[in-house]
Parts: sequence; structure tokens; C-alpha cells
Amino acid sequence: MGASQTRTEKYQDLADKTGFSLEQIENLHKRFQRLSDNEETIRNQHPKEVGSCEEIGFEQFLMVMSHFRPPSLKTTEEEKEAMRKEKLRFLFNMHDTGNDGTITLVEYRKVVEELLSKSGDIEQETVKAMADAAMLEVASTNVPHMAPDEFYEGITFEHFEQILKGLEMETKMYIRFLDVETPTLSCGNSTS
Amino acid sequence: MDSSITRRTGVLLLIFTFSSFLHGSRGEIPTQPTGGSVTILPPVNLDNAPQAYPDPVKENMPVFTMNYQRIQLPFEITLWVLLASFAKIGFNVYHKITIWVPESCLLISIGLIVGGIMYSVHEEPPAVLSRNVFFLYMLPPIVLDSGYFMPTRPFFENIGTVLWFAVVGTLWNSIGIGVSLFAICQIEVFGVQDINLQENLLFATIISAVDPVAVLSVFEDVSVNEQLYIVVFGECLFNDAVTVVLYNMFNFVALMPEVEPVDVFLGVGRFFVVGLGGMGFGIVFGFVAAFTTRFTFKVREIEPLFIFMYSYLAYLVAELFNISSIMAIVTCALTMKYYVEENVSQRSCTTIRHVVKMLGSISETLIFFFLGVVTITTDHEWNWGYILFTLLFAFLWRGLGVLVLTQIINPFRTIPFNFKDQFGLAYGGLRGAVSFALAFTLPENIVRKQLFVTATIAIILFTVFLQGISIRPLIELVNVRRTNRNLDTINVEIHCRLMEHTVAGIEDLCGQWSHFYWKDKFLKFNNRILRKILIRDNRAESSIVALYKRLELQNAMEILDNVSGDISATPSIVSLYEEKKSSAKPKKKFLATDVKNMHDILSKNMYKIRQRTVSYTNKHALPNDSHSREILMRRHTSIRRSLRPGSFQSSVVPKYFSLPAGKSLDTKYPPRRQIYTDDLETMSEVVYHSRPSRFGKPARSSSRAMMPLRRLDTLTEAPSVNLLDESTGEERGSSRRGTSRTNSSSSDSHIPAPHRPFHSSVENDSSSAYNIRSGHHEVEEEQQQQPPPPAWVATPRDNAAQNPLLRRPQWNPKKM
Repeated sequence: MGASQTRTEKYQDLADKTGFSLEQIENLHKRFQRLSDNEETIRNQHPKEVGSCEEIGFEQFLMVMSHFRPPSLKTTEEEKEAMRKEKLRFLFNMHDTGNDGTITLVEYRKVVEELLSKSGDIEQETVKAMADAAMLEVASTNVPHMAPDEFYEGITFEHFEQILKGLEMETKMYIRFLDVETPTLSCGNSTS
Repeated sequence: MDSSITRRTGVLLLIFTFSSFLHGSRGEIPTQPTGGSVTILPPVNLDNAPQAYPDPVKENMPVFTMNYQRIQLPFEITLWVLLASFAKIGFNVYHKITIWVPESCLLISIGLIVGGIMYSVHEEPPAVLSRNVFFLYMLPPIVLDSGYFMPTRPFFENIGTVLWFAVVGTLWNSIGIGVSLFAICQIEVFGVQDINLQENLLFATIISAVDPVAVLSVFEDVSVNEQLYIVVFGECLFNDAVTVVLYNMFNFVALMPEVEPVDVFLGVGRFFVVGLGGMGFGIVFGFVAAFTTRFTFKVREIEPLFIFMYSYLAYLVAELFNISSIMAIVTCALTMKYYVEENVSQRSCTTIRHVVKMLGSISETLIFFFLGVVTITTDHEWNWGYILFTLLFAFLWRGLGVLVLTQIINPFRTIPFNFKDQFGLAYGGLRGAVSFALAFTLPENIVRKQLFVTATIAIILFTVFLQGISIRPLIELVNVRRTNRNLDTINVEIHCRLMEHTVAGIEDLCGQWSHFYWKDKFLKFNNRILRKILIRDNRAESSIVALYKRLELQNAMEILDNVSGDISATPSIVSLYEEKKSSAKPKKKFLATDVKNMHDILSKNMYKIRQRTVSYTNKHALPNDSHSREILMRRHTSIRRSLRPGSFQSSVVPKYFSLPAGKSLDTKYPPRRQIYTDDLETMSEVVYHSRPSRFGKPARSSSRAMMPLRRLDTLTEAPSVNLLDESTGEERGSSRRGTSRTNSSSSDSHIPAPHRPFHSSVENDSSSAYNIRSGHHEVEEEQQQQPPPPAWVATPRDNAAQNPLLRRPQWNPKKM
């Protein structure tokens, strides 16, 4: 009795922070437990190569998921802006593995490489060329008059926002979190 | 300007009157004696006595004869088509007209005029609108056009909504209008009591076929948001199918004395059979067509034929079984397009698109034109009450329908439709061609057929004129949500893709599948199985790479753009460029010696640059950077100047693309002259294509941005493919063949490289920043790629390389 009460309190707490409803949190928690084999945290399978944390807890799991919530009919314009900024921030942090606030060329290249790795044999040069071109696009949009010997250090968050200004994030980056429990699906290999 | 307009209208009027008289010749003027055959037989001699010389009564060889009967039918068809096309030319003379008045209105007006003329000479309009002619010849091109150019990605993302509005919306409209009209019929005042329920329903079906062609062009101009556009577009397409099905059903029912409940069930069943059957046929034919084109690389000339034949076949076979032929042809086009456009050559692709558009345009033009003509020349039965109420109910039920349906479907949509969108959707419900044709092909045994025809025409005219003209200001007034078209940058493409992957992954984590998952699955299936079977040269090319190539191409086109416009050797480019740029650039003329000097400087500089860049690797400039920069600048300007008229006229422009060091140029890639023209045509195609694309001109800023970048890095000495790079390669190959070669090389330098990757030497690159040089445009020519041949060889496949980047660039924007 007491355990479930603290649990609902915790859920309420999380619900306030992330904006999910209680049923959704409950579902996600069940899913989390499935993934983590009923432990407290999910462990990083490839600790050396990918990712910066060793393990994540449920709260962090929820925080990540909350970035993908769709806007509803009731969200106001400011909230939509805020959500959009959050999503962009999420993406930015995904790219910025060095955590220095800018996306450097190497980081960007890595992104492009991973994206294109599945679609046929893309040569290294192509990948680099594209990453370069993309960086240049950002540079020229944001810093239009660079002298020939200036260097473009990396994409900052403002530039990132600027270049993705037209993109409708709401359509692209959302998951419809269901209130009802989905039949537990085996996770297979983690894909994210 | 005005004088030219009056002149043109005068000419047009003359032509109209002339042709109407010609048409008059069909019925009234007795046919000319066929004086074609000449017999020079000796006249019959009654006496049987030998004659010294033949009688003077012989027919002389007719010098000039006329035989109208023989050519009558094709001649008249051609004249009508020409007439309608002249009308189209006429409108576009004065640009402002087409902005404010949609083209369909104008066509109808011209048709009205011609109809008036014909009426006054008591002439019958041609029997164009018989059932067979319309449904077998005029409707398929229109539907093929819509289906082929439907933007697939937004369509599939919104397919639920589209089908919802198309199917349920049409049903709602038909039944609502039919029932309310039936209620009106009961009122004695209007005198239409003899129309029973089935006939009312039939009529209601006819007028609920929406045809927002005019609206779509307005939407495009205003850049209304993508969801609204695609829903209106898709609804138009699919509700044609639904309408025709319903029409056939109700037709059948109207002829039956009474309707039983089992018939209703059967009706519903038939509906599904028809719809899904149509789709099934379409998919089958689409796959067969795709498979066929896998083998057509030897017969490129007839490649477009397959597309048309297969789609038409799908249509006809569906008609054979009385299932929805519109669905069949649309799904055939959708399925086929993706695979076929990868298999066929670029020229065939252009031809296909062009012809599809042309046929669709002709059909549409003709239909609206005839609408105008027929309006005047048929006998009308006018009934104020019925017609006015029809108008009222049409509006009412459409508005209600949109409201209710949107409320139901909004929760399922990510971007719900707000009221402005709904207004756009409701108000964009014009009636058009299909209603007209269906009304005309009503069976004769419906007593009040004329009334129905009149009412249909009235509604069409009303909606097209009133709503068509007023929708533009209203949309702008209401300020419907616009879409940002400026999305053709690599960053955006990358991030779109990235988000899709991310979301698919996270969905998998959460265990909650939605359409990303299915999309992912479908794409995997597609890549693994379908593409292997249906595409001859199966190299998966990511859309990011395709976009990149396309942007590169435009980039290079901009170099061309900046060159002075006298490119007389390439008429196709010139005409398109004249269209695009209105300002004439001053032509620079150079003496031959200047040119030669420039070429020398050019080649020398390029050579120097190549040497220099070997060691230019890291972040900070080399100490004598200014020197290299100067060379770069000089080179830049000299290349620009060298892209002048004369260089294009060099006769043989060998297309050599890879120059392994030391090898001669002709060994690998013998010069092919036709490639040159093919090239330029394909370039012109690029320009051409980017215009009518739905989502507007791609952002030029990004491509301009790409030009300045110069990654002065190591260039591997490996054989490279670079169209722009002949001279450099030539230097490396150190086989200078004198000025002729430099001539051609510099002239080739205008041919844009489809790939212009910023080659960076990752091997010894430790830095992460790179040097941006604005204004050093030509430096991209330094780029290298792996050997294999260029994207624009006419028959590339044989020696096509494994490098996907160097395949023919996919100019058909996939998002289209």
C-alpha cells in the first residue's frame, strides 16, 4: 500500500516534470522494466563506443521520451515554440558528443556517416564532402560575409536553430504515446 | 502590350469564326465531288468503228482537287485542340489575368464565345461527349497526370485523411444532397415531383464530384501548408473514383423498379470490390511495367511508350471488369513511377513527364472548352427552384461535411486542421470536368435528363467562376497557414532523415508502433526485395546523396548562369535561361590572343595549385597563403572569362572523366559528341524540372554557399572523375595536347560536375575546422572522385561504376 502510494507520488512528480499522463508513465515504466530486466537502470551495452553514460534510470528514460511528445490542440504558440526549441536542443545534444556547445566538423561527419552507412556503399569522401557542404550551408546562412581566412569553428545552437527554421518539427519528431498498454513486444536489438 | 493583345484577340476571333465555318461544312455544304481519280480511258465508242483520234469529251487531269470527307474527323479534332490551345496562349499573354482568374474560367468563357458563334450559325457541336469518348479517351490522361505528379511522401503520410475525406466525404455529400433534394421535390410548387429518390441520388452523386484544379494552382501560388494541399489534391483524385463508382451503382439502381435491403449490402460489397480491385490491378500493372523497364536499356527510344501503354492498359482492363479504372491508373502510376524513373534514361524520363503533362493539359483544356460550347448549344430545361436549391445544398452539405469530418479525424492527426484550413477545404470544392461528363452521359431513359444537365452546368459555372475567382483573395485574407518552401538544404534533409530514424528507434524502445515503424519496414522490404527485382541497376541511393548531387548541379548551373548569355551552340539552354533571367548580361568579347593567354594562365595556375595543395592540410594557413590565394583568384576569374561563347563551339568535346596519371585521355573514354548535347539537354532539363516542381525552387542560397567552400586538401592522385577537371587531370596526365585540348577543357569546365565533393584528406587531417574562401568559385574543380564514369553518359550502365555518387543524378526530386 505504501509502496504504491510512493509510486503514484513519484509518477505524479514525473508527470509534472515531463508532461506525460499517469497512464502513459505507467506503461513506460513497464516497458522500462522489461528492457532493464527488472532492474533499476538500463545498462549501456557498448560502454566504450557509444554514449556517455554507463546506465540510465527511469527518470532519465522519461526525460528523453518527453522530447517526443506531440503538441496537442491546446498548446499555445509559446508552448509550441518552447517544445520546438526543446526538440532542437535534443537533436543538437545528440550531435554534439564533445559537449562543448558546438557541433564540429568531425562530429557532423560522424552523423552523416552513420546515417548513410546503411544505404549502399558510400565512400568516405562523399560523406566528408556532404558534411562539409552542410557545414558550409550553415556558415553561409549565419555568417554570410566571412573573409577567406576565417575559420568556421562549429555550429552553435543558434545557428542550428536558424538553419532548421523551416522544418516542422512537430510532424517529424513525435511519438503517440498510448494510454493503454501495448502488448509487450520483445525488444530485439536496441535500435536507437 | 495592349495592341498586341488586341491583335491577338483579333486573330483568335478570326480563327474561331473560320473554324466554325469549317465545322459547318460538315452538315451543310454538300461534299465535294471526289475528283481524285482520273481515268483516261478512251470513251465508249458507240459505233464500234475505229476512231482516228479520241473524242474531245475527256476529262482533263484535275490540277487541284479537294476531298474533305476523307480527312474530316482527324482534321476537326486537330482544329478543336488547336483552338483550345490558342486560347491558352492567349490568356498567358497578359500575365495578370491568370493570377486573378483561374484558367478554367477563361477556357469556359472562350468556349461560351465559340458556342455562341456556333449557335448563331446553327451548327452542332461535335459529339465529343459521348460516353465512350469521354471515359476512354479524355479522362485517362487527366487522371494519369494527377497520379503521376502526386507528391508521394506527403500523400502517404496523410493517406488516412485523404481517403477519409474522399470516400466518406463523397458519400456524405451525395446522400445528403440527394435526400434533401428529394425532400424539396416533394414540395409541389417546384413542379419536380416526378423525380424519385434514386434519380435524386444519382444527380447528387454527379454534383458531388469535386474538381479543384483551379484551387490547387491558387494553393500552390500562395504556398498554402502542405497538409491542406495534399488533402485537397488527394481528395480530388480519389473522389473521382468514388463518384464514378457511386454513379454506376446508382445508375443501376435508378433503373430498378424497387430497392431491397439486400441490394444495399450488395452495393457496399460492390464498393469495396471496385475500390480495392482497382488498386490491385494498378499495383500489378505498375510492377509489371517496372519490371519491363528493367530490360529496355537497348531500346531507349521506346521507353516512354511502356509507361503509357501499361497505364492505359490498367485503365482499360479495369473498365473491362467494371471496377474503378481511375483507382487502377492512379495506383499504377504511383507504383510505377518510383522504379521506372530509376531504370529509364534521363531523356526518357523527361519525355514521360512532359508527355504526361501535355496530355493531361490538353484533355483538361478541351473539357472546359467544350463545357463552354455546350452550355450555349444544348437545349436547357430550367427550373428555378430545383437549381437554386441544388446550389444551396451543395454548399451547405460540403461545408457541413468538412466540419464534421474534420472533427472526427482531427484527433488522429498530428497536425490538426484548424478552422482556416477547414475553410480552405470547404471553399475549395469546385465542381468541374467529371461532373460535366457524368451528367452528359446519363442514360436517356431518365426523364428529367435535361434538367439534370442544366443543373450540373449551372453548378459548375457557378462554382468555377465565383469560387474560383474569389478563392485567392479569401485565402490570403483568412491567412491560411503557409508552408515554408525553402527547405532544400542538405541540413534539412539530413535532419529529416535523422529524425525519422531516431523516432523509429525510440518507438521500438517504447514498444509503440506507429507509421514510422511501418514505413521503416516497408523501406527495408523495398530495398531488400523489390528493388532487386525491379530495378536493373540496383544501387541504393539515399535521398540525402541525391539531394546533394542535385544541389551541386544547381551550383554548377549557377556558374553557367553568371556567364554571359551568348551560348549559341546550345539552344536549349539559351532559351531556358532567357526565360529565367530577364536582365541581359553584357557580353564580353575577347580576342583570340587574350583567350589563349587566359588558357595558359589557367592551366599553369591549376597546375600550381595542385602542387601546392598537397601539403595544405591543417587548420592554419600556410605562411605563403596569400600567394596561393592570389593564384586561386586569378584562376577563378580566368575560368569565368573562359566560359565564353567561343569555347562552346569547339566541335568535339571529348568527355573524359578520369585521368589516371600518365594515361592518355582517349583510352578510357573516347570522346562522344552526342554526350555533349545530351549533357546540355539534361542540364536544361534540370532547369526545366525545378520549375514546375511543387515545392518551388530550391533554395539557391545553399548552393551558392557551397561554391565558396574550398577545402584545400590533399588530392589523391588516384584517377578521378571530375567533369570540371579535365585540364587539371590533363596536367597530371601531363599530356598536353596544345590549345585544342585546353580549349575543350575549358569549355568543358562549364559542364557541371554532378558531384563536387569537397574532398578532404581525412587521412592526415587532424583539424576539425576548414577554410572557407568566399568567392573562390572554381576551386571545386580540384575535387577528385573515384574513377568511374560520369553520370551523363548516354548509356552509362555498361561501364557504370560502383560509386553511387556517380550515377546519373536523380534530378527528379524524390519529394515530388
